[in-house]
Amino acid sequence: MGLKTFFLHANNELESGGQMLRPRKVCCKECQRQIPVSKIRKNNFVCPECGYYFTMRARRRILMLTDKRSFIELDRDLESINILDFPDYDEKLSAAREKSREKEGVICGTARIGGKETAIFSMDANFMMGSMGAVVGEKITRLFEYATEKKLSVVGVTVSGGARMQEGMISLMQMSKVSAAIKRHSNLGNLYIVLLTNPTTGGVDASLAMQGDITLAEPNARVGFAGPRVIEKSLNQTLPKDFQKASRVLECGFIDAIVPRKQQKEYIEKLLVLHDV
Amino acid sequence: MEDYEIVLGARKEGRFTAVDYICEFVPDFVEFHGDRLYGDDSAVIGGIGYLKDVPVTVIGIEKGKNTQERIQHHFGSAHPEGYRKALRLMKQAEKFHRPVLCIVDTSGAFCGIEAEERGQGRAIADNLYEMSDLKTPILSMIVGEGGSGGALALCHSDAIWMMEDAYFSVVSPESCANILWKDIQKANVAAQSLALTAPKLYKLGLIDKICKPGDLKSLKEEIYQQIQYLKGQRIEKLLDDRYMRFRKVGY
Repeated sequence: MGLKTFFLHANNELESGGQMLRPRKVCCKECQRQIPVSKIRKNNFVCPECGYYFTMRARRRILMLTDKRSFIELDRDLESINILDFPDYDEKLSAAREKSREKEGVICGTARIGGKETAIFSMDANFMMGSMGAVVGEKITRLFEYATEKKLSVVGVTVSGGARMQEGMISLMQMSKVSAAIKRHSNLGNLYIVLLTNPTTGGVDASLAMQGDITLAEPNARVGFAGPRVIEKSLNQTLPKDFQKASRVLECGFIDAIVPRKQQKEYIEKLLVLHDV
Repeated sequence: MEDYEIVLGARKEGRFTAVDYICEFVPDFVEFHGDRLYGDDSAVIGGIGYLKDVPVTVIGIEKGKNTQERIQHHFGSAHPEGYRKALRLMKQAEKFHRPVLCIVDTSGAFCGIEAEERGQGRAIADNLYEMSDLKTPILSMIVGEGGSGGALALCHSDAIWMMEDAYFSVVSPESCANILWKDIQKANVAAQSLALTAPKLYKLGLIDKICKPGDLKSLKEEIYQQIQYLKGQRIEKLLDDRYMRFRKVGY
């Protein structure tokens, strides 16, 4: 599941040739080496040669973090509509649905992690860069409300360019909506672990990404509010190399730990056990 | 009037800024400084005073009136310290059962290396998170520019009011046009599509009242009435209503 799409995205050069090929090898964006796909897959979508982190699809991420066959999806049928009649948004939505093979930019549900029942959400970079519109906000809010009711911990994986412009203020106010639901979940003593992946920016950074009890990040993930190009332009200077990189954000005090992909499941399991009462 | 003209108008010099509103609403205003964590952000003004006979906490994002003042106030773009000062004063308001009035006029949160490294995202996230549960009434007013997350950070309120000639947008029309169409000239198309004017936002149920600009005296009276009304609510009901106010957005 999902792997076919993964191949196709990793090989835009092949697609541009007009014919969709199914490559056995993928060119790593970092080291430019041709790596057999089977090897990358076995290595949790990390380049075995240079350690580059390929983007993972939301569903694959959930499979990686949860116990086998334990995931039950919630609210899978919610779909966005072009409520403001924004130019080209309908086309963008259908392109995103095709590219991601998902109905929206976040997948929510429950699963067991190390045997422990947990609520989980995972954002999908292939759906309009994981942008948060009304449906993404609604799904995450519902998940937190469900978790509050059932006293479940929430594990969230973020990847997002921020609020979805095409839905105007409706999307911006999802930040408020989600924040309030997270606060209610927290007030009743429930745990929220958030895993920041590349990139987590804009309105998502300024809400649900920064409201976890425990904040984890993937190595090298970009985490920040304003886009680097915007800052560069407004300051007229080049940015430090590690600017908004997980390691720097940790130094600045906003991340608890950087956890390599291979260790993420075990790490989160341990945290969940530590919070078991 | 085209929506983009409203955006341009909201940015013009010579408009009332937060200071004008504060002087009118709370003539005996006492200003407080600092976030107790890092510094004092001059883009955010905060303090207490009497709104008629009710002690209130007032927080405003101030742009300044002339170039010199504008530089001093960072053009009304707050650093994380600004949002943290606001939150500190709101927590204080909660302690002393004072209603909070937020006056918002910003093109957006400050954009820079230091702002990022001191946690701009976290600062805004904290405000949304804590304001959703602040046990005292909050009224927010967009009086000029309501620029994205930087404005939203003072708008997790019981009611959001907006001047007729203000705008409130997820992104500036220029950035939007640049990102979507690589063409800043299309900012007017973006402005038209983003639904950022008071009437459009009111129709979408995202703001609660459209105010007539200019007449600060009657505005003060309306604010007083609203604050009295909110003060009359039981705290549990106030918080439930605030939750539902945002809960229904987009669904």
